[in-house]
Amino acid sequence: MTDATVDLGGLRFERGAHLLVERSLRTVAVGEAVSVTGGDHELGVHLRAWARQRGHGYVERDGAPAVIRTDLALGRWRGAERAGEAGPEGVRERAMPRWGLAPRGATVEASSPPYAFPLDAKDDVWSDDAARLYAQAAAAQWDPATTIPWGATIDHPEAVEDAVVQVMTYLIENETAALVIPARFLAQMHPHFREVMQLLAVQAADEARHIEVFTRRALLRRDALGLSTAGGQASLQTLVDETDFATASFLLSVLGEGTFLSLLAFLRERGPDVVTREVARWSGQDEARHVAFGMAHLARRIERDPTVRGRLAAAVTRRHDALQHTAGLNEEVFDALVLLAAGSWDPAAIGAGHDAVLALQRDMDEGRQKRLRRLGFDAKDAEALSSLHTRNFM
Amino acid sequence: MSEAFVLGAVAYDPKVVTIWDGFVRWFEAQGFAFDYVLYTHYERLVEAQFAGAVHCAWNSPLAWIESARLAARLGRSARAVAMRDTDQDLTSVVVVRRDGEVKSVADLRGKRVGVGAHDSPQATILPLAHLAAAGLAPRRDFAVVAHDVLVGKHGDHVGGERDAVKALLAGDVDAACILDGNATAFVRDGTAREGSLRVLTQTAPYDHCNFTVLDGAPEAAVARFTELLLAQRYDDASVRPLMDLEGLKEWRPGRLQGYAALASACDRFGTLDPWLAATTARLGERA
Repeated sequence: MTDATVDLGGLRFERGAHLLVERSLRTVAVGEAVSVTGGDHELGVHLRAWARQRGHGYVERDGAPAVIRTDLALGRWRGAERAGEAGPEGVRERAMPRWGLAPRGATVEASSPPYAFPLDAKDDVWSDDAARLYAQAAAAQWDPATTIPWGATIDHPEAVEDAVVQVMTYLIENETAALVIPARFLAQMHPHFREVMQLLAVQAADEARHIEVFTRRALLRRDALGLSTAGGQASLQTLVDETDFATASFLLSVLGEGTFLSLLAFLRERGPDVVTREVARWSGQDEARHVAFGMAHLARRIERDPTVRGRLAAAVTRRHDALQHTAGLNEEVFDALVLLAAGSWDPAAIGAGHDAVLALQRDMDEGRQKRLRRLGFDAKDAEALSSLHTRNFM
Repeated sequence: MSEAFVLGAVAYDPKVVTIWDGFVRWFEAQGFAFDYVLYTHYERLVEAQFAGAVHCAWNSPLAWIESARLAARLGRSARAVAMRDTDQDLTSVVVVRRDGEVKSVADLRGKRVGVGAHDSPQATILPLAHLAAAGLAPRRDFAVVAHDVLVGKHGDHVGGERDAVKALLAGDVDAACILDGNATAFVRDGTAREGSLRVLTQTAPYDHCNFTVLDGAPEAAVARFTELLLAQRYDDASVRPLMDLEGLKEWRPGRLQGYAALASACDRFGTLDPWLAATTARLGERA
């Protein structure tokens, strides 16, 4: 008995006629038939081949082709598993290797190959703020070509320009660390934590842009960049080598980038030219988001496991010990900041510049202590840990 | 490993290793010792099975006819224990250019017909027999242009059919013989433009590969192998990837009704005569 009929009109199989047949087959029970009619005189040829390949039966009744439905092909989806739910409430405590790259909320075939994403536990990576911060970051992306007034006048003394180039060189080096570190954790993170993955990706893109604008500012009046010291690189290496996501997030985002918020605010206020002030202003806005995510992620982490706080404190001490035989902030950067803030060789201006840099360091220290207290460290610990933070700022 | 049930198959594609390695693991998980040997071509496989090197052969339809005829000559017996669902009721088609001058089978008289490898049942032997039955004798009434890709693999490699279609579209031949499903597959993979090909004629349904067993094979192992195979289910994630690679949704018991057309085509063209004579002599001597 033929139980249903589908007319393909003039549509041929090489142009997608099977879609209509499949749709009709879904309306009949297994073992029932769908008669297929249509204007293509090759219909029977292609229908037979298609049905065989899909595991359906094929019959001809009085020369008219029909397909007998089976459910063999549906076997592919037996045992399939939903990889959590699409929304943030559907994030699972642990993401399964077998979910692989499937979007959260997708149905995953049972024989999908497992992926090794070491960061697969929600507690290790998640922040409820990630989606909001990502949306904010996506909306706040800026174009260096049109945002920064690259043609603005630069008329300060040559020595001040040299100081700007040295500070930019230092910033580029530090922002490179800030790009490499989230990028590496991004590749280790299970895509189930989509919002965090996206946020780390846009964070890396932010840093790429900062590297661009700092480089471009440095080269506005010079052909070469400034000095890179062994001590500065040794300090950053302790960050790059950190393999624990929470610890790296703490050292980089909360302490390092947190400290940079003060530095960029200083350059925004004290920069000797509008280009320097603008690159600092726009980069600072991005950095504030990076700090916000680091804070939110760690606050959640500590709330769920208060022992994490001790681990983070130990990491600061460890880093301090590892760096105690290095120079810390290089003299060239410190002096460049003074001269940059002074704006001239006038002794009174130099004195004021020096005062400003000391005030900056106090401001950095206060900012770090404030953030540490927000993560639940008591005032004494916050003060001690802030004082142990690298003298290289980042 | 001497107790393992040994399957012989032909290496027509690198994926063959993936498939049978997977089967080794799967059968092992079922507690059945299984191994396989790959041969470069079907004639080597058939002869090896008769010499006792393998317990079962994953045979092309032509290799099945070879085995059946060899068995008859040597006083032995061959049977097909299982086949894929997709091995049953295949057809081949002769395609022409939609805008070409060939409108009917009779129009092929004096023309050039492109076929696949000369030992391909689906792309050469069966469609040529179909045209012969329609009154056009190959090589007498029309020229046969072979596209010999991997001869000895009996057309398992699709390259010969693709070359035949390319030759058709290039105007080097006037028709091409291919498996029915490839008429749309070649449009999907970009070999042919949509609407550029027309099916001129179609063969009657026939069957394709089977697992062939000869008399003297270890019956208990053959029974267990067949039982496990037929119990494989497409909804089992541990075996589905292998079934996808082999192109089936379910295994079916072997049947012989679908080989009559190929047997009669071999008779008509004398396809197997020299090989049968030489192999019978060799195996007879060995016996």
